[in-house]
Amino acid sequence: MTSTTVTPARSGFSLSEYITCLNGIVWREALRFLHQRERFVSALVRPLVWLFIFAAGFRQVLGISIIPPYETYILYEVYIAPGLMAMIQLFNGMQSSLSMVYDREMGNMRTLLVSPLPRGYLLFCKLLAGTAVSLLQVYAFLLIAWFWDIAPPTIGYLTVLPALILSGLMLGALGMLISSGIKQLENFAGVMNFVIFPMFFASSALYPLWRVREGSPLLYYVCLFNPFTHAVELIRFALYGQMNWVSFAVVGGCTAIFMIGAIYAYDPSRGLVRRGPGGGEA
Amino acid sequence: MTATDAHIASQPAPDADPRQSAAVRPALSVGKISHSYGPRRALDDVSFTVAPASFTALLGLNGAGKSTLFSLVTRLFGIQSGRISIFGHDISRAPGEALRLLGVVFQPRTLDLDLSLTQNLLYHAALHGISRREARLRSGEVLARIGLTDRAGSKVRDLSGGQMRRVEIARALLHRPRLLLLDEATVGLDVKARADILDHVRQLVTEQGIGVLWATHLFDEIMPNDDLVVLHQGKVLAHGQVSRVVADAGAQDVNTAFMRLTGAAAVSGRPAS
Repeated sequence: MTSTTVTPARSGFSLSEYITCLNGIVWREALRFLHQRERFVSALVRPLVWLFIFAAGFRQVLGISIIPPYETYILYEVYIAPGLMAMIQLFNGMQSSLSMVYDREMGNMRTLLVSPLPRGYLLFCKLLAGTAVSLLQVYAFLLIAWFWDIAPPTIGYLTVLPALILSGLMLGALGMLISSGIKQLENFAGVMNFVIFPMFFASSALYPLWRVREGSPLLYYVCLFNPFTHAVELIRFALYGQMNWVSFAVVGGCTAIFMIGAIYAYDPSRGLVRRGPGGGEA
Repeated sequence: MTATDAHIASQPAPDADPRQSAAVRPALSVGKISHSYGPRRALDDVSFTVAPASFTALLGLNGAGKSTLFSLVTRLFGIQSGRISIFGHDISRAPGEALRLLGVVFQPRTLDLDLSLTQNLLYHAALHGISRREARLRSGEVLARIGLTDRAGSKVRDLSGGQMRRVEIARALLHRPRLLLLDEATVGLDVKARADILDHVRQLVTEQGIGVLWATHLFDEIMPNDDLVVLHQGKVLAHGQVSRVVADAGAQDVNTAFMRLTGAAAVSGRPAS
């Protein structure tokens, strides 16, 4: 210590300071979302195209046997609805991280990171804010899907909420982790191709896993170890008022791992966020 | 970090403690800081202090290491070697306490262009845990101070460059810091806007006792009574009151002193002071 006196520390932060900070971050994310109406529309159009066009065409090709949580034969549209809900969250998670890369390039990220509150907490708030936005999108989708005869039990709209929050956190944390490794906005398109599409197609979103197993045992195992599969299944079961404990454990575990990884990556003393003088941050 | 200290949080800011002597407690202390980007050394054993209620100019050409130094002080980069403290709080060990006392204006614009002035200020206040009601009060005050009250609801995008800078300074002061860092805050502004901003910041020093570190490469922004840190190729070449640095260099003005110091460094390869 070179300094002889250290000012008495106003150490720690009060609960109300933490809550104010969370409110502020969610509020800003909501404002940004409201300013980007195209983003909302495209977030809705994407799953609806799958529902209205892809599912309608595929209905005759793929028969779905009675598998839990369904108790009767179901239409293909009904089967893929939870997968499309998870897809909305997947895109939203990646888009939130895209906005983090953008914020970093534009300098807005500095405003967040020089806040005196613990950096892990700031990132967690950012994650919650992104998840809240994804919930708005998913429920808007469910409303439209209801007119398309996709009508889960009424209680399902409530029981699916915790599942959506958890899956939203997992996919948001994954996006955040990825964003820490991206130096520039242009690199993001590649990540979309390498992350979103493989995750979506190698999952139970579009076809049940027993079907996949018949076609390719290897792909079956890939799907089984894909966290996105478990996000889909967690949502699917919750939408029908049931609990899938395995998926819950996988999604919860992955959320923790991705979150810790993202906090680690954004920790300045570890410097995984490499930004040299030529990068966006210097 | 715990969240249990509501009573502590309601105490006055640490520097308000009358038992502490400002003389032994620099607003900013940078000690033996070195930083490299791979093989390239951006900062080499940099040490200096900024006193409370002082205007310290950090003078250096582009690429001298000023922005790297700012990134280290604001914890955007991790410290590789050396230590930095703000009013005695080590930024690695007590980042919360240190950052609470720090306001910063970065060289790139960091306002949200699509939000209004007030919305930008409220967001910043929330990040410092300032309640919405208090934040509204303070936003009104700082906007009045910079003469932009009537633009409070305008989008930042619609402001001029000088106005944006003033908003950024107002924002940096919203949580009432005791140390203000400005990284080339007048770059890209016209002569009048530059002078206005410089006057405003100097007023903050004399009227509110804020310690200011003003990074610049423009000699005419520096006054004889300021403190001066000359940074060149990652090294501190001189540190002290401007008039003394100029005299020590045997020069008539800052411009010549800077040229002599950097010229000497280029010849000897070592700091000239």
